[in-house]
Amino acid sequence: MHRILLGLAAAIGLGSAALAEDVKEAVTTFTLDNGMQVVVVEDHRAPVVQHMVWYRVGSADEPPGVSGVAHFLEHLMFKATDTLEAGELSATVAANGGTDNAFTSYDYTAYFQRIAADRLELMMQMESDRMANLRLTENNITTERDVILEERNQRVDNNPRGLFAEQMGSAQYLSHHYGIPIIGWRHEMEQLDMDDVMDFYKTYYAPNNAILVVSGDVDPQEVLDLAETYYGAIPANPDLKPRARPQDPPQIAERRLTFRDPRVAQQYVNRSYLAPERDAGAQEKAAALTLLAEVLGGGNTSYLAQKMQFEQKLAVYTGAFYSGVALDDTTFDLIVVPAPGVSMEQAEAEMDKAVAAFIDEGVDPEQLERIKMQLRASQIYARDDVEGIGSRYGRGLTSGLTVEDIQNWPDVLQAVTGEDIIAAAKAVLRPETSVTGWLMRAEETTQ
Amino acid sequence: MRRLIFASIAWVLTLVPALAGVQIQEVVSPKGIKAWLVEDHSIPFAALQIGFRGGSSLDPADKRGAIYLMTGLLEEGSGDLDAVAYARRLEELAASVGYDSSDDTVMISARFLSENRDQFLPLLRDTLQKPRFDQEALDRVRRQVVSGLESDAKDPNKIAGAAFSHMAFGDHPYGGPEKGTVETVSAMTREDMIDAHDRVFARDRLFVGAVGDVSPEELGAMLDMLFADLPETSVPLPEKADVTIEGGITVIDYDTPQSVAVFGQRGIDRHDPDFFAAYVLNQILGGGSFESRLMNEVREKRGLTYGVYSYLAPRDLASVYLGSVASSNDRIAEAIEVIHDEWEKAASTGATAKEVEDAKTYLTGAYPLRFDGNGRIAQILVGMQLDDLPLDYIETRNAKVDAVTLEDVNRVAAELLDPDALHFVVVGKPVGLESSTN
Repeated sequence: MHRILLGLAAAIGLGSAALAEDVKEAVTTFTLDNGMQVVVVEDHRAPVVQHMVWYRVGSADEPPGVSGVAHFLEHLMFKATDTLEAGELSATVAANGGTDNAFTSYDYTAYFQRIAADRLELMMQMESDRMANLRLTENNITTERDVILEERNQRVDNNPRGLFAEQMGSAQYLSHHYGIPIIGWRHEMEQLDMDDVMDFYKTYYAPNNAILVVSGDVDPQEVLDLAETYYGAIPANPDLKPRARPQDPPQIAERRLTFRDPRVAQQYVNRSYLAPERDAGAQEKAAALTLLAEVLGGGNTSYLAQKMQFEQKLAVYTGAFYSGVALDDTTFDLIVVPAPGVSMEQAEAEMDKAVAAFIDEGVDPEQLERIKMQLRASQIYARDDVEGIGSRYGRGLTSGLTVEDIQNWPDVLQAVTGEDIIAAAKAVLRPETSVTGWLMRAEETTQ
Repeated sequence: MRRLIFASIAWVLTLVPALAGVQIQEVVSPKGIKAWLVEDHSIPFAALQIGFRGGSSLDPADKRGAIYLMTGLLEEGSGDLDAVAYARRLEELAASVGYDSSDDTVMISARFLSENRDQFLPLLRDTLQKPRFDQEALDRVRRQVVSGLESDAKDPNKIAGAAFSHMAFGDHPYGGPEKGTVETVSAMTREDMIDAHDRVFARDRLFVGAVGDVSPEELGAMLDMLFADLPETSVPLPEKADVTIEGGITVIDYDTPQSVAVFGQRGIDRHDPDFFAAYVLNQILGGGSFESRLMNEVREKRGLTYGVYSYLAPRDLASVYLGSVASSNDRIAEAIEVIHDEWEKAASTGATAKEVEDAKTYLTGAYPLRFDGNGRIAQILVGMQLDDLPLDYIETRNAKVDAVTLEDVNRVAAELLDPDALHFVVVGKPVGLESSTN
């Protein structure tokens, strides 16, 4: 509520490479002899650098039965190597006044440090070291496994919305691992062992499966020289195969689920539809879906909010969500939180009626122009966020896009018409490719 | 560890240019309104941070939640524009405004393109001076607030935080509920919103930070336009709070697999001469990095949690020292025992010279990294003014950290840390834990 406007601005700030000439991002790319890609984004406003290594592997690349291993390995990468003690990398970053962390998603795993620009070499030395020389103990495995189980508790098991989201994902995907939570299923996490982790590490952690993204107060040639020294010395993995993950058969029937939990305070309806992602050289459909999410459910001025929150007063909150950065088919989501006294059936039915009416009426040209204006502005605002620029390249490149695609994205968004948006809505918002979930209070009362 | 000490010296050399970029000017408008400004014309936009001291603590006891609700209504129309027209206008201008209230402040964070500044500022002025508080918007936002309150009532983190605040501060506004209750919020009228607005917005508790593509002259005119017509003063701030925290454990039964604990004791005032020593001490004990003692003992060695943190919470009317941890129900007792032991150990034997050195190096080195982005710098400028810090604070702050000695840290550890008065509020079904009887 307080932050709906900010949230809107953030949500549409997805893509933001250069549009006007004076906002061109200073991006330089290289490829090392061992296949490691290097992206340098210059920003000399402060003597700070962000050093990131992105691996083209995430939870959706895991073998069957070991869900969570990608994320588990991410935790274990902070343990010992041949030359660093467990925890020494982070301690060294901290002792140099920097911060570091890592994150895992379906399609990527990334490690980063933010630090004074003159410490870049030390960061590369340590990051390249753990790409090749991780040394784990059995005690690391058992202790850190407890940590990730507690992380699962915190993110998912203690939170009915987290459990519900897992059920929605697993209903949407039959074979594809987007249907398995990134953190893993608890019963599989409990069994993860040294072999699972090291197999994954040896297969996927190699320079020819990694992208170095350095942003901040750096000179591209100096970054390349350092990268050749540290990352260039690591041999490529010749056995690395192209990414091929289990794919789903076409969805031909709508799926439904209801999850009840006594910890639910606010019930809601979530509808997800299978949706195409941004593909290299072909981002138009994803661009139309990105704008569809804004027009339909991107804040107080959106169609769903106007209809269901302002006019009919049937909903406390409505929203539409889509992010096209993914390697395989993603989802387009709608959420309706019913107002007091409005049933889930009614909320869902009215949502469907509103979407049908929207498709029928077409896009309000003034609304579309406002959104495009905000997208143009977001490119100016994005220049103030050098961390965000680096992440945008890392996410895009690990999700099958090229630097050119990432830089073209703002133009592709600006070219979308109202007709494109309606066509995308008709193509994607089809019952037979949907999952409808109701998150509900348990019927029994709790103490 | 010679290497690390050397590293810290090298960093000091790079620190000067890092912070030289943040040149704060104090601007006084023609009508006498003050603001702090960092000019940076490299990107054609500016961030404006506006803070009003007092925050939701200015609500009377029977109107708790009025200021929180009123803050949520500021974006719901002003002047001639109703909620939808107002939102559309902001979108056309590609400006954004965020609103937030806390115990001590109401904060407004705005961001706008230089090319749209002249159209945006009147809109922002009307937000501050002529909010409409239409009944339709009040009812709609009220439903969202009530929905949020109902969700908070089932969120173990929120339950623990609220219980701890109430225990520590009792009937003082800090004791909550900051967002009100379903009953108080449901009863709020448009008059209550106008009263809440009057309690907050006054010139004598206004603090402004501006960063980006704005000159001092332009800012002066902006200040007069935005604020000159606000009343000079408002209702008095509440009295200081008495902090009453007794050692022990409070268990709040809640059926969920992971117990959440909020813990704390009395804290230290921001202006206490020992504040920086306490700050270094906390960095060592539980200050949010992987290197802290709590992280090391509870997570790294024992795998009892995903995260454990402690932090100093010096507020305007009272100061506490807080922390949090979450562990599965059958392991939370051990996590709490380890935390308590670490509290005791730090109180009785203090820190080591290396820990103090490492903490200082981290804190001084990480400080410039905060100044990344116009919006964040504007927030820092307002935070500094609210804390009554001088204009040159950014340049002198690291020297204050560096001046902290091992003896200071150990003396403050003995004085401040009070394991016998450390209280844990645990929400969940913890095994082997019961509320202590005081």
